[in-house]
Amino acid sequence: MEKEEKLNDSESAKMERRQFLRLGLYSAAGVLCGSFFAFGKGDKDIVVDNYEDLLKYDWGFIVDTTRCIGCGACVRACKVENNVPESYFRTWVERYEIDSKGEIRVDSPKGAIESFQSDNFDSNDIVKAFFVPKLCNHCYDSACTQVCPVGASYESPDGVVLIDKERCVGCGYCVQACPYGCRYIDEEKGIADKCTLCYHRIHKGEAPACVNACPRNARIFGNLKDPNSKIRKILNQRRYGLLKAELGTNPKCYYIGLDKEVK
Amino acid sequence: MEHIAEGFVFPNELHITWTVMIVLYPYITGMVAGAFIVSSFYHVFGMEKLKSIAKFALVSSLAFLLFATVPLLNHLGSPMRAMNIMLTPNFSSAMSGFGFVYTFYLLIVVLEVWFCYREEIIDKYNSSRGIMKKLYYILTMGVTVKSDKAKEFDKKLIIFLAGFGIPVACILHGYVGFLFGSIKANLWWSTPLMFIIFIFSAIVSGLSVLIFLYQFVHWLRKKPVDQECLNLMGKWLWGFMIIAVVLELMEVLSIAYENTERWTILRELIDGKLLVSYVYLQIGVFSVIPFLLLCVTSLFKFDTRIKNFMIWLSSGMLLIQVLLMRWNVVIGGQLVSKSMRGFTEYFPGLFDKEGLIVSVLIIAIPFILLRQFDKIFPFFEKHGLLKKN
Repeated sequence: MEKEEKLNDSESAKMERRQFLRLGLYSAAGVLCGSFFAFGKGDKDIVVDNYEDLLKYDWGFIVDTTRCIGCGACVRACKVENNVPESYFRTWVERYEIDSKGEIRVDSPKGAIESFQSDNFDSNDIVKAFFVPKLCNHCYDSACTQVCPVGASYESPDGVVLIDKERCVGCGYCVQACPYGCRYIDEEKGIADKCTLCYHRIHKGEAPACVNACPRNARIFGNLKDPNSKIRKILNQRRYGLLKAELGTNPKCYYIGLDKEVK
Repeated sequence: MEHIAEGFVFPNELHITWTVMIVLYPYITGMVAGAFIVSSFYHVFGMEKLKSIAKFALVSSLAFLLFATVPLLNHLGSPMRAMNIMLTPNFSSAMSGFGFVYTFYLLIVVLEVWFCYREEIIDKYNSSRGIMKKLYYILTMGVTVKSDKAKEFDKKLIIFLAGFGIPVACILHGYVGFLFGSIKANLWWSTPLMFIIFIFSAIVSGLSVLIFLYQFVHWLRKKPVDQECLNLMGKWLWGFMIIAVVLELMEVLSIAYENTERWTILRELIDGKLLVSYVYLQIGVFSVIPFLLLCVTSLFKFDTRIKNFMIWLSSGMLLIQVLLMRWNVVIGGQLVSKSMRGFTEYFPGLFDKEGLIVSVLIIAIPFILLRQFDKIFPFFEKHGLLKKN
């Protein structure tokens, strides 16, 4: 009798363990699927059928410099997603290191595509260090679209600065005019190129590749026209800075925790 | 290719976007505008002393103008789309007017050359045979009879075209300066003075190229030069080079005196990357020496042979000075990083598409063309030379 009870006990324990594992597996799958829907997408329900639909959006970008760890995942993701030519960058990460004497060193080896392999300073008296991801600011009053002689550079109705690859003559005037060094001439194609905010992705409701790749949510992307969007809420709560605001380009890439040394 | 940089530059700035081709373009248009303005001094303002060089100035202007767009086309990433600049111009861009201004100016110069040489073309048509006769017939546009009335009309039109051409020449070249000066992102370029500096340096290069070639051709043909004309040109060159150099130095001085953030990096640029090409060569050697030489030739009377040689040497040196100025502006401005923390490096390759050999060819072709033009439109009137003899 006792033996039978023992047997039943061990069997029920087995069952419990099995049930527990099964439950664990299901919940893990559930969390995975849930997170896929929760984080994998940007603003939901994006339907663009006509021109008027585009006017509902004004795409903006936040870079939270306090969160960036300089891993370079964004740079790699961008390179792959957009087939960016070697030695040119649509996005890159800069590293700033300030030592106790106030001396500052800045670097971005290969745009930080391989992250940061070595230290800038030999000594260990760095008092402040931080990373700053950079990308096209998609300015409201962009100097690059102003100077394009053929109208190939333009601002889309939903607020993204783009290049018409069929029209660009490759004169390089826009490269000179951009104060942020975000443009380059694709020598193979003979035209100017730059960050498109992954225009091909954002209209499918997906986030730009760099935003998707960032493990620290240092890059936030969204619709500035939607008062309930994540980006709007953050901008309402946090203090932010703009790059070279004095030039009047009115950039749309907002930097949280921007240091005065960043230009 | 390994790109070298000092300090920190944005990753996309390792490559220079505007190469030596963009150095050549303002250099060539500068000579165009300068030479045209010199020819207009005679035609419009009636400076008779310049008569012996007026036609040469005008045809030189045409020869350079015809090749002004070559470096630009060679530089464009998609040259096949070059006409887009006139087909789909974006008028908020300073560059969009280029096609129209260039074409308009070309039209003025071609018309003026034609009216200036109309009678000579008719004479040539009457005295030539075979294919050349047909060629000259095309050039006469079917009008093979000369008349005093027509001559009077031609003269009026030439004065109108030359007068109208002065502002257009200034616009064509001043606007290249504006194109650079209006780029707020560039620390070295961004100044409203830029287009004025460009116009004056254009006149310097125009006067220089005319003096240089005028003396060279006459020396080659063993013909005496028109001394009055040369003296006047030398004095003007002296005056205009003073204005051009002073303007440029005042510009740097005002940036230095304002002592804003940009001076910290521009000081390093002048003291580092541009030390040789700007401070030593452009200012030190190729501005100071011609200035001193021209001071002597303009203020003192002495043996004309030595004097003429000194003027000739100054004009040659000033031609190099203007080329250096274009280099220091166009390339110098791109060497400074927009991060204000470092400099990049540039030197054109020898055999590259936009390299040194191509550059030399592009500079040489207008001169070769000018030599050919001399056969169709003789620059220097023979009787004028004989009279001096």
